[in-house]
Amino acid sequence: MHFGPHLLLAALEGLVTSAVLALTALGLSLVFGVMRVVNVAHGEFFMLGAVLAWAISTAISGHPALGFLAALVIAPLIVGAIALVAERLVLRRLNYNPEATIVATIGMLYIIQQLALSFYGPEARPVEPPFSYRILLPWFGYSGYKLSIIAASALLLTATWLVLTRTKVGLIMRATQYDSETAQAFGIAVGRVYGGVFALGAMLAAIAAVLIVPISQAHYLMGQDPLLLSFIVVIIGGLGSLRGTVVAAVLIGLSDGIISMFFSPTLAKIIATLLVAMVLVFRPQGLFGTASR
Amino acid sequence: MSEASPAKAYALHLGIIALLFVLSFVLPEYYHGLLARIMVLAVFAMGYNMLFGYVGLLSLGHAMFFGAGLYGAGLAIIQLGWGVPAAFIAGIACGAVLSLIIGLLALRTTGVAFMIVTMMFAQVFYLLILYFANWTGGDQGQVVPQPARVLDFGATALDLTNPTVRYMTALALFSFVLLVTLAIVRSRYGRVLVGIRENEERTKMLGYDTFSNKLMAVVVSGTICAASGAAYALLFGYVGSSFASVQYSILPLLWVLLGGAATTIGPLIGTVFMYYVIDVTSGYTSAYLLIVGIALILLVLFFPKGILGTIRQRWLGWLP
Repeated sequence: MHFGPHLLLAALEGLVTSAVLALTALGLSLVFGVMRVVNVAHGEFFMLGAVLAWAISTAISGHPALGFLAALVIAPLIVGAIALVAERLVLRRLNYNPEATIVATIGMLYIIQQLALSFYGPEARPVEPPFSYRILLPWFGYSGYKLSIIAASALLLTATWLVLTRTKVGLIMRATQYDSETAQAFGIAVGRVYGGVFALGAMLAAIAAVLIVPISQAHYLMGQDPLLLSFIVVIIGGLGSLRGTVVAAVLIGLSDGIISMFFSPTLAKIIATLLVAMVLVFRPQGLFGTASR
Repeated sequence: MSEASPAKAYALHLGIIALLFVLSFVLPEYYHGLLARIMVLAVFAMGYNMLFGYVGLLSLGHAMFFGAGLYGAGLAIIQLGWGVPAAFIAGIACGAVLSLIIGLLALRTTGVAFMIVTMMFAQVFYLLILYFANWTGGDQGQVVPQPARVLDFGATALDLTNPTVRYMTALALFSFVLLVTLAIVRSRYGRVLVGIRENEERTKMLGYDTFSNKLMAVVVSGTICAASGAAYALLFGYVGSSFASVQYSILPLLWVLLGGAATTIGPLIGTVFMYYVIDVTSGYTSAYLLIVGIALILLVLFFPKGILGTIRQRWLGWLP
């Protein structure tokens, strides 16, 4: 293959990564933006989504699309419910203290990971894609399913954006994010908003995982890379900024796809992590964020 | 804090050291080896406590300082063929230099950003170990050969693989670091650190340069952790990337939280207790990470001061 088509392939792979990453990071960013909680267990919600997707799609016989669609609906709901319980039982009792919640979510990370290992096992298991149509480009064939991931992610991101900016629910969330005390004074049940946002954040990660699992496989350690990449995206995009998150996800996904096609993936990760740490040190508001109030 | 009872505090610490010394002759073989390991890891926890307990800086990347000591000492022997003392010093020096660099960068941030930045630097350190696998041994790790772990004094040779020598070396390091920590905590400098933890702005207003005080604390903390890592490599003879992974940044946090942050003996108690819990439960389940997770959550929910912190608050106000 020549350099041009090679680059196109890398860019397509990068876009698929970006699409999944944007959803995952959006969940992390919402939770941080509204609740000021750094959810270290976010990657484990992602993993749970994938593992549940495998469980659901194997439980349902018939056409693979049927099982996949069921997983796409049910898995995020279960993950959201688990997150809600965790939020009620632990985070709320800590009064959302930033340091205590980090320690607590680290605890959740270990608990979820170990339970997944105990009940699901150490194997990586595939989920059949709902359809296997290949789009033939002049240089190579490309999986139609992968392209549909990009479309689905774009759709979901637009929907989230519309909810946040055009509906009453979104208004309440933004009010809580802007100033939770004043919001409470205006009769907003801040505690319930926090519970909802934490569940929503986990559900976004779970949806992203269900989308990616037909091309990557479900494994109990699969939450670690998305967690790190989501951190990177949220930091580059500016903590709590939706537009910045999406832009940063595309940027990171594309560069990750292209760099790891031409260099060693470990080296790509080293460079990316180091760059992001430097961004955080020298430009804490992120590349696209505005200075914090 | 104690004004009137320096003698009491020093007596308590010397008593603990004496107790550990006596235990060496009493304990059965299995616990003897385990306690040696625990003492080395308790040094790691004490280094962590220096920063987290006394300055209030929560780092999620201390595994890189432990790893710097571990690899600094281990690779000096394996790759360069250095002797034990030189390797030990090399490990400590690696940790000191690394903590100075990390401190200069990470201390520009505060709060949550500090935690994430330290975690990311530690991740870079971990990935670098994997990337230079043909030098470091990658995720397989490397064994420090037994003949290289002998301290040669000409007439007498100390074999660090001998259980008694190993125990006593670990105890010596532990005692040294424990007394140094106690001295630091009781000094003027230690009080400035606590002042920074309680109210950094006010400390600054009183004329203290908080940045250089914090930087000093990061270097002291990182160097102690590196000493622990270097000792681990020399005493237990294994150098592996898992010791630099995120998990080994979380464990000292857990030990310190459990024993009691900002207490000098808390790190030891937390480490002992956690190993004891894992040892007891390993009969029922292999899922030790589950216990770590549950312990972390229960601690922040119900016992934020840890064992010794609670004891100090309720009964023994003079505990350092």
